[in-house]
Amino acid sequence: MAEGVDVLTDSTFDEEVAGADVTMVVDFWAEWCGPCRMVAPVLEQIATENAGKVRIWKLNVDDNPLSARKYQVMSIPTLLVFKDGVAKKRIVGAKAKAALMADLSEFL
Amino acid sequence: MSDTRDVVIIGSGPAGLTSAIYSARANLRPLVIEGELSSTGDQPGGQLMLTTEVENFPGFVDGIQGPELMANFRAQAARFGAEFITEKVTRVDFSERPFLVEVGDVQYRARAVIVSTGAKAKLIGLENEMRLIGHGVSTCATCDGFFFKGETIAVVGGGDSALEEATFLTKFAKKVYVIHRRDQLRASKIMQERAFKNDKVEFVWDSVPVELLGDTMLEGIRVRNVKTDEETVLEIAGLFVAIGHVPNTSLFVDQLDMDDNGYLVTTTGTRTNVEGVFAAGDVADHVYRQAITAAGTGCMAAIDSERWLESQPHESEIAGTPTEW
Repeated sequence: MAEGVDVLTDSTFDEEVAGADVTMVVDFWAEWCGPCRMVAPVLEQIATENAGKVRIWKLNVDDNPLSARKYQVMSIPTLLVFKDGVAKKRIVGAKAKAALMADLSEFL
Repeated sequence: MSDTRDVVIIGSGPAGLTSAIYSARANLRPLVIEGELSSTGDQPGGQLMLTTEVENFPGFVDGIQGPELMANFRAQAARFGAEFITEKVTRVDFSERPFLVEVGDVQYRARAVIVSTGAKAKLIGLENEMRLIGHGVSTCATCDGFFFKGETIAVVGGGDSALEEATFLTKFAKKVYVIHRRDQLRASKIMQERAFKNDKVEFVWDSVPVELLGDTMLEGIRVRNVKTDEETVLEIAGLFVAIGHVPNTSLFVDQLDMDDNGYLVTTTGTRTNVEGVFAAGDVADHVYRQAITAAGTGCMAAIDSERWLESQPHESEIAGTPTEW
């Protein structure tokens, strides 16, 4: 199982996220979003510490507008939590690690 | 007991980080408890982390990005030995000495404390507001403007931040209403001129928001004209609120003197009512609220605290004295 955070795109979204048996978290972000950049290292940590239980992806909304539109992302950072290919939870805004872990705990 | 710091700085905007630069250069080994991640204005680096171009910070002829400016402040403080903890203070006790600053289960002791926790943007307080955050209601124009390409949106407020956001948002939106409760603006002349000559900005004067419409997504806002009591619905996909700030002072209730709006009260420079506790930046300033004034008072707090520490008896001299002062 890969550690760290991998890059997801419009064209790989369904294939990677739908067919998964572990929890998938997609981080919608952009270069120009300060809070997105702040939360990125926290997500790296969570991904590494929970490898095998959760896989975290980052999706750049500038380059991948279709996925952002499809999932009605209107604020970033937004984390979408997928289980069995279905979006189960939406976490909006940058948060500290403990708060993110609490949000994700039901899926881990 | 944990080891005692000379200076603990709570908060890491321009005020806190400038204090850290000066305290570190005075060899006071400051510990900066910089806060934790959020998107609402109280994150490490402070309010500038949610802005784009800063055009009025002296020394940057062509402007600088807010997050980059704050990264520079932090690196400069670190260069002189300031230490950082990226967490939020959960409790303080300024009635005992050395002062107690708690982060969860961890206790820090400090001979002097500089409070620079800043202020964060106010919400309107409407029923659906929290639920619609991320679904049209935004606390960060620079983060979310992008998602409103070709849409009609609204900004609430009449100050500099409101007009700055409105002007910025016209890069994406086809129309931006500025809803303001009076018939004139508080904003600076340059920001007013920019907004007035922007064809995409339409002012909705003398009006206050009364209801947010939309179930899963924001669809509109009902506003009431305060002079005529007439109500109108504006169809909007996005709402950005810039109606002012509240100081982040809940930690200090019953310990530090505050004014009616919760801002810390300082006298003779940056002194609070507790000797050895100093306040800098927006947490004690509802008048100027600029990065440069915050940095200026941060510098003052560092100098005030350094002089105050020098005037205090050394620890060896106070050993054995009662802790009640």
